[in-house]
This record gives sequence, structure tokens and C-alpha cells, in this order.
Amino acid sequence: MKKKEFALEVEDLTVSFDGFKAVDSLSFYVDEGEIRVIIGPNGAGKTTVLDLICGKTRATSGSIKFHGHELTRLKENEIVDVGVGRKFQNPSIYENLTVFENLELSYPKGKKVFGALFFKRDQAVIDKVREVASTIFLEDKLHVKASLLSHGQKQWLEIGMLLIQNPSLMMLDEPVAGMSVAERKQTAELLHRIIKGRSVIVIEHDMKFVEDIADRVTVMHQGKLLAEGSMESVKKNQQVIDVYLGQ
Amino acid sequence: MKTPESISRNKSLALNFIVLLALLILVFPSAMDIFRLNMMGKYLSYAFVAMGLVLCWGYGGILSLGQGIFFGLGGYCMAMFLKLEASTPEYTASQTTPGIPDFMDWNQLTALPWFWNAFKSFPLTLLLIILVPTVFAYFFGLCMFKRRVGGVYFSIITQAIACIMTILIVGQQGYTGGINGITDLKTCMGFDIRTNEAKLFLYYLCVFLLVLAVLLCVWVSRSKAGRLLLAIRDDEERVRFSGYDVANFKIFVLCFSALLSAIGGAMFTLQTGFMSPSFVGIVASIEMVVFCAVGGRTSIFGAIYGTLLVSIAKTAISENFPELWSLLIGAIFIGCVLVFPKGLAGVYNDHVLPWLMSLDERLKTACRGAREQHDAQVEALKDVPSDKVLLGVPAEYLSDERDALGLMSDDGRSLS
Repeated sequence: MKKKEFALEVEDLTVSFDGFKAVDSLSFYVDEGEIRVIIGPNGAGKTTVLDLICGKTRATSGSIKFHGHELTRLKENEIVDVGVGRKFQNPSIYENLTVFENLELSYPKGKKVFGALFFKRDQAVIDKVREVASTIFLEDKLHVKASLLSHGQKQWLEIGMLLIQNPSLMMLDEPVAGMSVAERKQTAELLHRIIKGRSVIVIEHDMKFVEDIADRVTVMHQGKLLAEGSMESVKKNQQVIDVYLGQ
Repeated sequence: MKTPESISRNKSLALNFIVLLALLILVFPSAMDIFRLNMMGKYLSYAFVAMGLVLCWGYGGILSLGQGIFFGLGGYCMAMFLKLEASTPEYTASQTTPGIPDFMDWNQLTALPWFWNAFKSFPLTLLLIILVPTVFAYFFGLCMFKRRVGGVYFSIITQAIACIMTILIVGQQGYTGGINGITDLKTCMGFDIRTNEAKLFLYYLCVFLLVLAVLLCVWVSRSKAGRLLLAIRDDEERVRFSGYDVANFKIFVLCFSALLSAIGGAMFTLQTGFMSPSFVGIVASIEMVVFCAVGGRTSIFGAIYGTLLVSIAKTAISENFPELWSLLIGAIFIGCVLVFPKGLAGVYNDHVLPWLMSLDERLKTACRGAREQHDAQVEALKDVPSDKVLLGVPAEYLSDERDALGLMSDDGRSLS
């Protein structure tokens, strides 16, 4: 039987910080085009998993394969180059640059030193930036300094910075955290629109939101995999109820 | 893309440029004698370093406390060439080994060390002035930034290297001239660099190169690489996840600042006629950072004014109270960081520029008022018969002079 091709294969992944195993022999597989949500109590190691995939933290052992690339051996920017994009938990954007410049820096051109020196802001760049800006509801804020945006708008901007990279694997760490109800709704719509045609890993606590978007759910607890499957099956899992969902 | 902001930015850039050119080309040469002008030229050669620091430190957030290394490398390269030219066999006939620089002879060297041979050729020297510091900065940057050494650790290491460099130069007296440096430089390609004409020429050459350097810096700072350096300064980690190899950009900006410093060093040697280890070491390197801080870390033009101001202050104060200067420069640095973190450029942008703008606005309003008044008068005059009108002024406004001057109305009739 031919082995099924996964977009992302995480196998036996372990990271230990001074003996504390934040992620402990974790294995999971994400299909092409799948939307996977990782849930679990605080300190379960969810964010660390994303850190490991995008190269922010180096694995102690195990492997992460993405379309045939072994990510544990690549540098952060090389991981971006092979098509992995990451949105951080706290909006991390370039506060001193404008919305336009933030998006432009994320545009996948002129990434080398001389490429950046001779980078020309041509019509294709402007069009793409405008297109993304309108997707993330910031088309009238293009020349506003990013530090002046509201918390929700910063989150959107970071999603936009991810979007303009056009990654085939998108990782979103609590994309609706700290947002107002109206912003939450807008963001859910936004995510629905942009996740088409990509594999997505989302960390989220908002169960309604999870139910809404997840193809499959991975539940983590103390660095280990607790349960995996559809939201329906996970919700019925007694262990999951005990450690995370509650009665 | 043209935004109102970018247009006003272009305007203020053009204004800055014109003011700088006027100051350097017109005001200084006409207001100063050749001795003072030569000193200005010397200060301007430091300004190259300060501008390099603007990009390296102000933009990239890399505080190098060892820019003197690159300034010194450039300066020494130039000095070695000039020294060889000055050490003709005729001039050094009294030495044990004629034809080699005097300090080598004093140190019992009997032949020119191999690495001095390259400095017999002027084109090769020019190339080395640019290459030696840049290549050095490249390998140094490679070692530091690829291993992600940054922040205060990087600063300390640059300082250590500046210190090592001084010790090396002082210790290898026979090869480098030791603590005295390379002195008694006379001609460059046959032109005597000690005459007043040569000093004037070198001043203008320095200004010309400085202007080129300003243009280059402005270009870099306004390219995407410039914005990226700001981004690296603010959040290096994030830039990696936007898909950039941060280390390469840091290496680039270090090399760029090294290149500028080296040009400054070479111009310094030409204008002062000597080079010594005191311009390489820790004190010199920190002074250069102070120039940049006083001017405003992120302002290319500010760096030039900061350099001039601090250097002039240094000369004035150390001429009168030599022991006070080192205390004072420390005080200036602390004061600058505490009170004007954005330096002269910050004071200009936050206070002077708004005042100028409001002045401009008020002038415009006043002009508009005057114009309206004038238009109203012209309007009123339409009803007045033409023989009562002189050049748009109602006849009743005119006093007796009009008769004395024999003024005529438009159609030639006498107005009286």
C-alpha cells in the first residue's frame, strides 16, 4: 500500500528545557488543505509546538517533515521560504513602520541584501499590498503607523503579513484573543476566506470558533497528545473532558 | 507611490541638502581662514564615521564602539602610501637603510616589510583603503552575527577589538610607527599636501566625498533595506519569520559603515598629514558614537552637525581647559541620552520645524490678507476716474511728492 502523503509530518518530537519536557514524543500528521486546531489547557505545550515547526525553538529530538523538507535542520527564514507562515500570539508587527511598509516587508520579493537595496515599489507590489489590506479591513489605514492601530487591527495586520507571504502551511496562535465580539466575528469571516487552499494549524481556546472551523482537533496535555479526531469525537472523550473541557 | 508624507519628506530632504551645501561650500570657506577651514575638513572626515553609525546604530540597532578600527584602517592605508612617497632615498640618505620610512630605520629594519609594498601604487592604495576595512568588517560581522551575538555583547567585543588594534599598532613599532603613528607626510602623487592651496583643495574634496556619502546613505535609508534595518532594530526575531536572514543585513550595514569610516580616515590623513593609534582606540571610537548621538541617531544630516558641534566644542574647550574635556564629553553623552534622546535632529524636528511651519503659515495668512486688501483697493479704484489713479494707488493717498517727481498717469497727462 502506498504511504499517504501528508503536508506536515511531526514524529516523536521532543523538546526539553533543562530537563522539563515541554513537548514529549509528540506525533501528528496534517493533510494537504486540512484545518487542524490544537487545543489544551495552559502549559500543554501548544505554542511550543508552533515554535518548533517555525524554527523559533530547536527540537531536542524527533523530526518535522514538511513537503519533504526536514524543518528541524532549516533556519527560520528558510522555513518561511519553503512555505510555512506563523502568526504569533501577541500581535508582533513592526510598530515604527506604516501598515503599507509592514505588508511590503512581508512581500516575498527582495529578501536578500542586494535585492532589498534595489527593491522597487512597482505596481505589482502596490496592487498586492492594497489587495491584502482590503482583505484585512485596513485599506484606509495604509499610511498609518502600525503602533497607532487598535489591538484587533494589529492582529489583522499580522494576519495580512502572513497572507502576503502566501504560505502553504499557515499557523495561527490564538487569532481572536483579546478581540471585541464584533472584531471576533469579522476575524472568523476573514479566516474562513484566507484558509482556502492551504493547510492550517490554529491554536484557540474559543470552542465555538474551534467547532466552526476545525476539520480535526488535536488535544494536548502536559506536552503529550491526549486525543485526536473530529470535534464531535473529542468532545465525547472522557479524558479530554476531565483535563480541559470540564463538565 | 506619492503620498503627501513622501512629498513633504522629499521637500525637507531637499531643504536639508541645500542648507548643508550652502554651509559647507559658501559659508565656511568665506568665513574662515585656511587654518580653521582645514580643521573643519578634519571634523568632516569624522562625519563619515558618524553617518555610518546612523545607519548601523540608529537604523540597524547595532552599537559598534569600535568604528575607530575602520577609520584607522582607512587612515593608515593612506598614511602608508604617503609615507613611502615621502621616504625618497635622497630625503632619507642619512639613514642606515635609505629609502625606507624613518621609523623603520630607527627600529633596525633593513628592508620594507612585505605588506608595505602594496602601498607603492596609488590606485592599489585607494582600492585597499576601501577593501581592507570592508573585508575586515565582513569577516568580523560573519563571526558575530551568524552566531547571533548582539546587543551589549557585540558592543563590548568591538571595544575589545579597538583596544587590541591600538596595542598591536603601538607594539609593532617597526611596522606601524608605534605610538607616534605615521608622521611627516609630505606629498601625494607629487602634490605637496601641506600648502594652503592643497588644504583648500582637500577641503573641497572632502566636502565632495561627504556629499556623495550623504546621497548614498539617504539612498540606503530609503530603500527597503533601510526599512528592514529599522524593523531589525525593533524586532529582530519577527524579521526572521518574515523570511529574511537577519545576519546578512547586519553584516551589510556593518560593512557599509566600515567603508564610510575608512573614507573618512583616509581624508583625515590627507588633511592632517599624519595618522596615529589615538584615532583607532576606544576613546576615539566612543567620541564618534557621541557625535552620532548628539546629532540624532537616525538623522544622516544630524550626524554631520553633531560631529561639527562636538568637535568645535572639543577644540575650544581643550584649548583652554585640557583636562576638562574627557569629563565634559561624558556629561554631553549622558545629557544627550537623558534630555534629547533624538539629538539635534530631534530638537529640529520637534521644535524648530513646527515653529518654521507655523511661521510659514502665518506669513502665508498675512500675505493672503494683504493681497485681499490690495484686491479690494483695486476693485474700489475701478470706479475712480483714471486721472486720479497712480500705479493702483488712489490719488488721495498721494502726498505732495508726486508733484515734485512730476508723476504722470497712464495716459500721459500730468497728475497735478
